[in-house]
Amino acid sequence: MSERLLLTGNHAAAYGAMLARAEVISAYPITPQTMIVELLSEMTASGRLPAKFITVESEHSAMAACVGASAAGARTYTATSGQGLALMHEMLHWAVGARLPIVLTNVSRAMAPGWSIWSDQSDILSQRDVGWMMLFAESVQEAQDFILWTYRVAEQVFLPGMVGMDAFILSHTAEPLIVHDQEAVDAYLPKFDPLYDLDPAEPRAYGGLVNRDHYFEMRYKIYENMDRAGQLLVEAGEEFGEVLGHRYTPLEGFMLDDADYVIVSAGAMTSNIRQAVRDLREEGMKVGLLRVIAFRPFPVDEVRRILTGRTKVAVLDRNMSAGHSGIFAQEIRSAMLGQPDAPPIYGYVVGIGGRDVRVETGHQVLHDLLTREEPELALFVGLKGLPIGPVRKDFEIKPLAPLEVMQ
Amino acid sequence: MRWVVPEAEHMSEGTLGCQGCGGALSMRLVLKEVGRDAVGVIPACCWSIIDGPWPTHALDIPVLHTAFETAAVVATGVKAAKTIQGKDTTVIAWAGDGGTFDIGLQALSGAAERNEDILFVCYDNEAYMNTGIQRSSSTPTGTWTTTTPDQRPEARPKKDIMGIIAAHRIPYAATATAAYPEDLERKVKTAVETKGGMRFLHLLSVCPPGWKMEAHQAIEVMRRAVRSKVFPLYEVRNGREYTITHWPDELPVEEYFSMQGRFKTLLSDPEMLEVVRGNVEERWQILLGRHQRSHPEMAPTN
Repeated sequence: MSERLLLTGNHAAAYGAMLARAEVISAYPITPQTMIVELLSEMTASGRLPAKFITVESEHSAMAACVGASAAGARTYTATSGQGLALMHEMLHWAVGARLPIVLTNVSRAMAPGWSIWSDQSDILSQRDVGWMMLFAESVQEAQDFILWTYRVAEQVFLPGMVGMDAFILSHTAEPLIVHDQEAVDAYLPKFDPLYDLDPAEPRAYGGLVNRDHYFEMRYKIYENMDRAGQLLVEAGEEFGEVLGHRYTPLEGFMLDDADYVIVSAGAMTSNIRQAVRDLREEGMKVGLLRVIAFRPFPVDEVRRILTGRTKVAVLDRNMSAGHSGIFAQEIRSAMLGQPDAPPIYGYVVGIGGRDVRVETGHQVLHDLLTREEPELALFVGLKGLPIGPVRKDFEIKPLAPLEVMQ
Repeated sequence: MRWVVPEAEHMSEGTLGCQGCGGALSMRLVLKEVGRDAVGVIPACCWSIIDGPWPTHALDIPVLHTAFETAAVVATGVKAAKTIQGKDTTVIAWAGDGGTFDIGLQALSGAAERNEDILFVCYDNEAYMNTGIQRSSSTPTGTWTTTTPDQRPEARPKKDIMGIIAAHRIPYAATATAAYPEDLERKVKTAVETKGGMRFLHLLSVCPPGWKMEAHQAIEVMRRAVRSKVFPLYEVRNGREYTITHWPDELPVEEYFSMQGRFKTLLSDPEMLEVVRGNVEERWQILLGRHQRSHPEMAPTN
């Protein structure tokens, strides 16, 4: 029987790992993820979840333990945030190259220094090119369900996947959660059938030296499988609806049908943006919302289909790549580049380090979009004392020291 | 002494090890005792190469190659999965001195502190040999390496890894070397049979190119390391009970150093040589004291 509980995003993630019947969990505490680790400790200690819980001494070791356990054929889960995800980076690569369908939850927080535990997508997006599937949850329900959805696909393509949820806004906010019936979950997510499991009866070496005549092909297979994961996410999202009652899709549209102006968003801030879109519709503006759920694999074709022919597109980024622009904006621009009838893409950087992204922020961005004539790489929203605008050109920096000219 | 080295071979001939490689010989001897119901975890080290490029593999056990600093914790993960699956497979982390003393120390300490049910073997060739002879914290005082050149040989003593491991109070830790194979096999057997907690073997493993010596003297040089007390053979139970397993004779340390080009500068520096001699004797006395406190009834014999 499924049950309806009032839970935070963190606890929902722990329920996701429990419903997935994770067999080995290895994690390290970090704010604001710690509640996941605590609840999983309780679940494994009480036997509610018959899994091994390894209390490692760092996040690097957490992912390394997951690599070992997954390579030995166990369904494996971990959770982390911010600095922890950064520390894992090397082993995130290892999980991909070793073709291990590990799933992790990242509670996205800002990177230090200065120390900030607040919501920011910089940590997870810094892992963009590693080869993990990446999904962005908007609700407590999704924080749980996306773990199951990710395992379902990850274990088909033998690539790992991470579910991002926003620090505090989602991790520490309680919402009603449907904890699915275990039998139904088992039907959706059968037992992990590994590619290899370090069986002494088959003494092979994994992950060792590879010469130039094989490495490229191995990496190409990773690319191919990640590419295939896009379609599998669609199919597994439909199955989720059939078996567990809610259909998930890599992209989600809101009021898009006749929208001339589209705002693109991901994660929990999307809830406020959705309200802003509703408000502007009431003012008679033809605006719509596109939520990016799957960031890797990036649903390029679907993005093109949805955005082609629109008048203008605004992309919200709770992150920035210094020297370029927000990362979601880069992805959308890259998808639309060279497409006939492609709309201009306006990048908006919002909510860095947990600064609130309110419904009013959505109003401001949409009004700015309607009136601004030229698209910009990055328009900063909500900086103290500054209107919405691109990076300043007239501020003073330390000048280059004059060179001693040889006489 | 009875011949206790099992005849079974679990390592192929023709590996990519250098001539006289102590690391290759250590693996061969250890696997003889461990047998085939085992999984190896190998971080970056000479054995990343020795095992051979994909799809070749030198061993009769499955091996998971992993990142430099992760041997102990990846082995922990493998063991966790095997345990959940109801299998009693021995899991061996097999690391060089870099992956044990330096970059691998954090994960090793974590696994030792949690008393993970794994066997950690360090084959110690006293420098980063795979990258071409750079110092590690296992490099002894007075040693030449490419990062401690003759103008500035290694100044600090070798890190006391056994002391660090003993401080974690794990069930079993021992030093051994392939030059004393019966002693080594007995310790491997003890380690394999001591289930339910962390076991640690510290194997001095000669590297002829890195130690600047002839390959055919590989066994002799390790033997002299033991005889001169530079590398005493002993075991530690539960971090407290010390047992010297082979009694050294009074071989002067120069007899060990002079076989190796890496100590050329040390041998020409009487002052530094005296410091080193003093360190060796001091460490031996500490070990002897611990042995005697653990075995008040036993007089030293050979």
